[in-house]
Amino acid sequence: MTDQNRKITILFAEDDSDECLLVQKAFQEIDTDYDIFFVPDGIELLQYLNKQGMFLAPASAPRPDLILLDLNMPRMDGRQALAEIKADPDLRSIPVVVFTNSHTQEDILRTYDLGGAGFIIKPLNFEGMREVVKVLNEYWFEVVELASGERVKSIKSRLFTLPSSS
Amino acid sequence: MFNNAKPVTFLIAEDDPDDRLLIHEAFQESRVSNSINFVEDGVELMDYLRRQDKYKDPASSPTPDLILLDLNMPRKDGREALAEIKSDPRLRYLPVVVLTTSKAEEDIMRSYDIGAASYITKPVTFDGLVEAIKGFKQYWVQIVCLPDLDTVRE
Repeated sequence: MTDQNRKITILFAEDDSDECLLVQKAFQEIDTDYDIFFVPDGIELLQYLNKQGMFLAPASAPRPDLILLDLNMPRMDGRQALAEIKADPDLRSIPVVVFTNSHTQEDILRTYDLGGAGFIIKPLNFEGMREVVKVLNEYWFEVVELASGERVKSIKSRLFTLPSSS
Repeated sequence: MFNNAKPVTFLIAEDDPDDRLLIHEAFQESRVSNSINFVEDGVELMDYLRRQDKYKDPASSPTPDLILLDLNMPRKDGREALAEIKSDPRLRYLPVVVLTTSKAEEDIMRSYDIGAASYITKPVTFDGLVEAIKGFKQYWVQIVCLPDLDTVRE
């Protein structure tokens, strides 16, 4: 089970602000301590993850435990953003769940082929959204062990830097 | 709520016969009507996925929609099998969920790094296992869409 003492960070890439509001509202109904951050397209998503542009201050962009990714967004869409995240050794351990209106088998197959950890079709109403968020929460934050940012950092420094005398 | 069009087929790689039994029971407890198949190590897993030897017949060895993978197994362990699946263009679309007793941060980190869709530590009690399988199923069967290869690849 995931460490309950640590606050969970979710990053949601979505260009439709109504959708953001619905997801935020559904998460607020769950009795877990969350931070949800929103980015409106793939460019800002990658800037957030790489702490660039408006995300230079570390507190403005904590490493997410889970990314929810819309596919159809302006500037850089979710397909390209997913490919870039999964090709980056520093980012690829973050689970990415696609959250979209697309029903095409091509998008589903491509999502898994690129390393997506789920493909969810957006519910049509708030009741459905609530149910999806409840299941997402139970699975990712109660059943699954996540590779947290802190863990990643400490393991990487243990694996890849010269051992210091301690 | 979206439902996958066809029943979901799980392939479970687990070398411990007691654990296989418990997992099987837990799937039944959580009212899974989906089909589950077992292999006992990484060599069998890769044979199954590549339809070799005793896994030639698609009727008895249906292509899985999702793999549940133990890490510590004889002959070929889960880490090696995961790396092989994720570097094979014909197999890498398959979601692989690690289900193991290991809580080692290295295992968690490395599993995600080489492409595991998620990592679950086996609960020590049967009730815990049933709960975990229930959460696993709700996510992968009820709210997630899995690829339907019959539609995509003719």
